[in-house]
Amino acid sequence: MAETPIVRIGETLIVTLRGDLDDATVVSIEADVSREVERARATGTLIDVSGLLMVDSFIARVLARMAGMIRLLGSQVAVVGIQPAVAITLVELGVPMGHLDTALNAEQGLALLARLRADDARRA
Amino acid sequence: MTLAAPDSAQSLAITAEADLIGVRQILRAEARRAGLGLVDETKLVTAGSELARNILTYATGSCGRLEAEQVAEGGRRGVRAVFSDSGPGIEDTEAAMTDGYSTAGSLGLGLPGSRRLVDELVLHSEVGVGTTVTIVKWVR
Repeated sequence: MAETPIVRIGETLIVTLRGDLDDATVVSIEADVSREVERARATGTLIDVSGLLMVDSFIARVLARMAGMIRLLGSQVAVVGIQPAVAITLVELGVPMGHLDTALNAEQGLALLARLRADDARRA
Repeated sequence: MTLAAPDSAQSLAITAEADLIGVRQILRAEARRAGLGLVDETKLVTAGSELARNILTYATGSCGRLEAEQVAEGGRRGVRAVFSDSGPGIEDTEAAMTDGYSTAGSLGLGLPGSRRLVDELVLHSEVGVGTTVTIVKWVR
């Protein structure tokens, strides 16, 4: 099982997923990330999936669940870098991913997180 | 009629979750050998991952198997993958091909979703005997 890098920069966590993930790895990453969000009191989490060659319905479902959990812990979430071939496949497969906040790359993802934080502060 | 290319088929037993990685690797290699584009390769690998997971979910403890090979027909090339198990079989194959139908509390996208990702999908199931799903992806 490959170690999943979780890097903290200020109040933002950056999680990098790559390679071919088996189910157990995806689920353990979900647990690691949730723990780290809580421990670091992150206000934003960037999940970089540009290194994933394939996302099937199970991986997609865990990603969506992980995003929901991170939000519950008080952090905004952006999923960035979904490969075009993966995006096309997910849409045809019929996996509902529309509720995730996504961006093209990490840079735009950080901007998205800043916007989400500002929206959140305005509502509070 | 679809003729198998003379080169050897690849096969893999699907008995544990870790075999999903092997299924994806075999299908990716076959997709590249056939010359499928990246999008079609990703679709084939994803469909295979869904079908292999179906075996692990529904045909627990049975001998699940993947056979993948190159196919050629009327001047076109492609990959054919056969997923077979000796599990309980599917009682209502028509319902199983419908979006959102699941007897396992999942999203119910495995079979209907996989069908959308490939060019051909044939489901053959007999209750108490097993299930075979054959998919083909052609190079366009």
